[in-house]
Amino acid sequence: MWAAYYGHLSANPLSDVTNETGVWALRFICLTLLLTPLRRVSGWNVLARFRRMMGLYAFFYGMLHFMTYVILDRFAGLVDFPDGYLSWTTARNLGQSIAGDIYMRPFITVGFTAFVLMIPLAMTSTTGWIRRMGGKKWALLHRLVYLTAIAGVVHYWWLVKADISRPQTYAAIVAILLGARVYYRYART
Amino acid sequence: MLIRKPADIRSSEITPKKVYQTRREFIQAAGAVAGAAIGVEVLTKGAAVLHAVQPAVHGRKWPNVKPNPTYSNTNGELKNTWEQITTYNNYYEFGIDKDQPAELARNFKTDGWMVEVSGECAKKGRYSLDDILKGETIEERVYRHRCVEAWSMVIPWNGIPLANFIRRMEPTSKAQYVKFTTANDLKQMPGLRSDVLDWPYVEGLRMDEAMHPLTILVVGLYGEMLPNQDGAPIRLAVPWKYGFKHVKSINKIEFVEKQPLNTWQRQAPREYGFYANVNPEVDHPRWSQATERRIGEFFKRKTLMFNGYGDQVASMYSKLDLKKNF
Repeated sequence: MWAAYYGHLSANPLSDVTNETGVWALRFICLTLLLTPLRRVSGWNVLARFRRMMGLYAFFYGMLHFMTYVILDRFAGLVDFPDGYLSWTTARNLGQSIAGDIYMRPFITVGFTAFVLMIPLAMTSTTGWIRRMGGKKWALLHRLVYLTAIAGVVHYWWLVKADISRPQTYAAIVAILLGARVYYRYART
Repeated sequence: MLIRKPADIRSSEITPKKVYQTRREFIQAAGAVAGAAIGVEVLTKGAAVLHAVQPAVHGRKWPNVKPNPTYSNTNGELKNTWEQITTYNNYYEFGIDKDQPAELARNFKTDGWMVEVSGECAKKGRYSLDDILKGETIEERVYRHRCVEAWSMVIPWNGIPLANFIRRMEPTSKAQYVKFTTANDLKQMPGLRSDVLDWPYVEGLRMDEAMHPLTILVVGLYGEMLPNQDGAPIRLAVPWKYGFKHVKSINKIEFVEKQPLNTWQRQAPREYGFYANVNPEVDHPRWSQATERRIGEFFKRKTLMFNGYGDQVASMYSKLDLKKNF
């Protein structure tokens, strides 16, 4: 959005939008995961309040990223629109194209998994849901975010051509953040 | 029924003052949002506008560039702009992002450039750009350019047939392949500090491919001397092959007996082969090659077999299994 606003997009803005939304989703997942260890280290309990917001931001960007993929990659890539752009045929072809892509391309499969795993977390993010589920169950469900983080990094890693340095950075960050949880779990009990 | 009188309020009071003052930016932003949301119309219109814009020039023109219509048929597909061709480049010696080469190759010095010719030929030696172009007519060839990453452009290259140069070098009967090497100048090419690829960048062609009339040594673009980010001062164009075969800033040409191991094949042999012919039926292991996005367009296009040059080149591969020799 920032880049679109200020005209910093490249000659291939469609690809820029796809990449940027994906990277921001991953950044927010990392930020979400950072809050708990940071709270433990610093003792600033106020940080816990931002966890939901960060998580929802991650979901929001994940959603944007998925929609961008659906529209700019799949829809624009249908090439043939026998009954026009908005038609049942187009909708069916689009559905097949997305499903086929998720089935055939491992990096799409893991990316889609990362996104889908965030859906129940976003849905149950309200205080009401925490109460309804009970804190323990809720916390258990929300550990799915660990899988999202790992799948997100794998998705990034598998899509780059040769320059794995950026996915490596995110892999390291996620490893540290998940490692911190393992540490707290076992070192403190 | 009550008919309301229009409210007697000045428009400046309705429009928030900040928005009112920055109306131009507001409209731009609104356009960007609409573009992202609706996509189709705004972007296709935008592309039409881009195509109409004259290319910016840097003012070092080649004299007497002769259009070659025989080898410039793109079926009415519009040329990409100078701006697009010179800001969206894969040139890892100057960084891995598409916009980095335009920035990081800005001060790349190509004066006194020499191309070393060696191997199975009679005229080994070092040749300047003037030597290479001596007696040649620089032609304009408008070619489709298809990147292995599934984007494409239409580019008006200026160059000479590689075949002319090869004949002058008098290759021997042992010369089965031509190997090309990109300059490897650590002082001038910041991307070389990263080990993302095995430097220097190497590419190769079979002799019949190298001698094919479509294969050209490129020294210019839109009548201008080749910009640094596009592989100055001399690069290859083989339009029926993926972009990575179009080796840039060539400083070595060798005539060899055995098939050279090109850089991307060395990097990932499962994903990139020696031939790298554009082929919509053979997917990259990780993505489809059936369609491509022309830079500046919203809807993708069907990728054409041999990038649309099948009539001219398919016969060279009649005995080859293109699925195995991707």
